[in-house]
Amino acid sequence: MKIAFTTQGTDWDSPMDARFGRTQYFFVFDEETNEVKTFDNSAIEQEAHGAGPRTAQKLVELGAHVLITGNGPGGNAAAVLSATGVKVYVGANDMSVKEALEAFKAGTLKG
Amino acid sequence: MKVAIASGKGGTGKTTLATNLASYLSRTAPVALVDMDVEEPNSALFLSGNAHHQETKSKQIPQWHAKNCTLCGNCQEVCNFNAVLVMAKRVMVFPELCHSCYVCSELCPTQSLPMTQKPMGELTHLKADNLDFVESRLLIGEEQAAPLIKQTHDYVDANFLPEMIKILDSPPGTACPMIEATKDADLVVLVTEPTPFGLHDLKLAVETVRHLGKTFGVVINRDGIGDDAVARYCEDENIKLIARIPNSRRIAEIYARGGLLIDEVPAVKDAVALVATTIQDHLKGGTR
Repeated sequence: MKIAFTTQGTDWDSPMDARFGRTQYFFVFDEETNEVKTFDNSAIEQEAHGAGPRTAQKLVELGAHVLITGNGPGGNAAAVLSATGVKVYVGANDMSVKEALEAFKAGTLKG
Repeated sequence: MKVAIASGKGGTGKTTLATNLASYLSRTAPVALVDMDVEEPNSALFLSGNAHHQETKSKQIPQWHAKNCTLCGNCQEVCNFNAVLVMAKRVMVFPELCHSCYVCSELCPTQSLPMTQKPMGELTHLKADNLDFVESRLLIGEEQAAPLIKQTHDYVDANFLPEMIKILDSPPGTACPMIEATKDADLVVLVTEPTPFGLHDLKLAVETVRHLGKTFGVVINRDGIGDDAVARYCEDENIKLIARIPNSRRIAEIYARGGLLIDEVPAVKDAVALVATTIQDHLKGGTR
């Protein structure tokens, strides 16, 4: 299973990015292979409209099954994620990526 | 002739001026008052009339038909607003993001995105003696004011003679809704208050209407508070300061109970009369 985090950096100690649509990075962790991939989402700053669905589309392309984020996606992005079956967990605002993964495994993030 | 009552800053007195001016003018000639602030129309609070017409206004958005679609992605490519995305073997349309430009629909090689109607607001037309009142109101959840404002202009153009004076109570700010409301106006009256905040936003509004090439003037509301920087700015910039409405608790009380001021506060009647004169002068000046 691939787990994607919205982050402000590219390693396990990076702080989470509370935003979904305008997150700086995606940090994608593949549980089966222990592989990590990051995606620089900063180009989204150029988009005046529709950052949410655009970023959601990128997440789908990255093949994520689970999204761990802070505030949670807005309506349009949520529609994309629900249509494509990505499970969303929110409330990881003030954590590092590592802490967010632990919180997810401990079941303390809101589904 | 269309006269837009606009501002930069919100809450400066656009509706106060628009409703009182329309009522004042209607005593001598037929006039229309149009509430273009479709996100939060409030002119109706100050008027009464008989229901004349009501209709639902719709915008056009594309609807995806899967049958012939090859998922080529052209629609996504040409959309400026991320309102059409191709993913997981489907095309998703986001109506709130769509600007009804038709590009995805027209350029679809398999005609898989025909445009369909989506209700976005309600237009109401009331009549009282010499005053026609038109209001449009966005439906809850609709994000875009400009398309409804445009259709309200169309309604006004189709239902009233060009020479009839129409007072347009415009949305605040200087973004798309304000521009859509004022861009057809023959004359713009910018209402401001004599405070640093009022002046700051007045400058933005002046920049906007100058860019639109409009004839415009300024009305200072709540005159007596703040400082004289707005008046000095108008003088320096050679902008006509049409009138001043004094700051008064009594005005606020009458407004708060939904009353018109011109019958109860002589200073407001005088200010409104000055605006009316400016409109008449502009009419004689020969534009439309």
